Amino acid sequence: MLDDFFIRAMLAGVGLALTTGPLGCFIIWRRMAYFGDTMAHSALLGIALSLLLDLNIMVSVFIVAAVISLLLIALQRRGGLSADALLGILSHATLAIGLVIVAFMTWVRVDLLGFLFGDILAVSKSDLATIWAGGAVVLAAVALLWRPLLASTVSPDIAEAEGLHPERAKLLFMLLMALVIAIAMKIVGILLITSLLVIPAAAARRFAPTPEWMAVIASLIGAAAVIGGLYGSMNYDTPSGPSIAVAALVIFLVTLLPLGRRPSEQALEREGR
Amino acid sequence: MLDRSNAGEVPLITLQGVGVRRNHRWLVRDVSFSVSPREIVTLIGPNGSGKSTTAKTATGVLRPDEGRVEKRPGLRIGYVPQKLSIDRTLPLTVERLMTLTGNLSRKEIDAALGAAGVAHLAKAEVQNLSGGEFQRALLARAIARKPDLLVLDEPVQGVDFNGEIALYELIRTIRNETGCGIMLISHDLHVVMAETDTVICMNGHVCCRGTPAMVTQSAEYSRLFGARAAGTLAFYNHSHDHTHLPNGRVLHADGQVTDRCFPGDGHHGPDCGEPRVHLMYKGKLQGMPGEIGESADAR
Repeated sequence: MLDDFFIRAMLAGVGLALTTGPLGCFIIWRRMAYFGDTMAHSALLGIALSLLLDLNIMVSVFIVAAVISLLLIALQRRGGLSADALLGILSHATLAIGLVIVAFMTWVRVDLLGFLFGDILAVSKSDLATIWAGGAVVLAAVALLWRPLLASTVSPDIAEAEGLHPERAKLLFMLLMALVIAIAMKIVGILLITSLLVIPAAAARRFAPTPEWMAVIASLIGAAAVIGGLYGSMNYDTPSGPSIAVAALVIFLVTLLPLGRRPSEQALEREGR
Repeated sequence: MLDRSNAGEVPLITLQGVGVRRNHRWLVRDVSFSVSPREIVTLIGPNGSGKSTTAKTATGVLRPDEGRVEKRPGLRIGYVPQKLSIDRTLPLTVERLMTLTGNLSRKEIDAALGAAGVAHLAKAEVQNLSGGEFQRALLARAIARKPDLLVLDEPVQGVDFNGEIALYELIRTIRNETGCGIMLISHDLHVVMAETDTVICMNGHVCCRGTPAMVTQSAEYSRLFGARAAGTLAFYNHSHDHTHLPNGRVLHADGQVTDRCFPGDGHHGPDCGEPRVHLMYKGKLQGMPGEIGESADAR
């Protein structure tokens, strides 16, 4: 069964989507979408360095993304430029430096498009093992960190005062993000990783009675987007990474339709409450 | 006045000469006080005077740059911060908020929600609550974990006058029933909760400290606030002999300007004679009866 490239692609995508669901929820609750994007863009620098220094690509991307996230936290603490400006600088600086380094290395032929938009149909059996093992590690860590992460999302001060060490949780969350980016790069590509984090979580909001349910529903919606996107990509001969992002967007748009909602609920929303 | 001093008991928390520095500026300095079980300590002071910084240092959110914070071993803190913004994408009901930092039984959750008067809002999303309802929900969350020390940063902000009286009554009930110590922060400089044992007036340092005088002792205030309020609110009559300038320096009554306050500065008790009003909140005290009379009429 695993010999079929389409089945492998499907399993890889679903494995990734299950992982990005809970992580994506924290990204939108903590208003970190652009932060995630910046870390993802820095992955290209990681790829360039791995080619230059002959390192494993996933390891290299993980290290660069983790360093960038720590750098961002440090720069934010120092003050001066706003977080928004810092993200804008680091996001595109790392992407640009990565592209320049790759262009200098005339001796290696790189499929840049494959890295930018993913190449899910080329997933090997060992890639599959990495994705599921990495995903399991990330999900287990998120489950363990759930309480301090959620508490510090509501209020870092409450979490700190009541002994939950929010700073440590935040640091570990950054490392998990870096790990997910390293895993996801091959599947949806650097430029579209954030879509798989943010869109399923946003779509899950409407159906979720609690934060925990929102994480589960986001995972399921992500998986549905992967399956839908891959079938669409096969039927219409479209690139697979972008097709998955488009499928996620379609699901999100469907959740916006005011179907089966009580009028009072809609009135509340109009009032912006 | 009743003597509620807790001389025999080990304090829950003790601050000794605490100072916090940010960007080469002292936010607070030389802050010393303690909170014992059953004791209510109210921190007052103008905006930017370091009340919240002091509370955050006491709870361990901030680390002091000088001085020490000593907590009784195993101290359980319940904290209600001043500002909270929860993103609308987070599906958080009042009920789920209760178990934010620790597990609680169904019974404990219901008891805390009932005590805070928000049992009917258990299923409501926190983003849809009014200011007063949200404060009560946060208070319910803090008391549900049965803390030894309750730290409340401006619990009555955004709550109307009657709501303020009701919240103070609730805090008193919590103290009486659980015996926890309470550190209360208030932006109101002259009217504090009647049960307060110690009022600490801050302005970058401890300006003065004392006990409040009951509102009931003054027939005028009793008439203005109403009988129910008179038992809940108290009046802190105090004055200062120096002013903090915008650049952080200190202007003394005799016209002298120094970098820091004198060690003996401003430590006036409530009975130090004719009150002279601190320049930073000039008018508030002297104009009080008239102002309150007008607003009471308007209400």
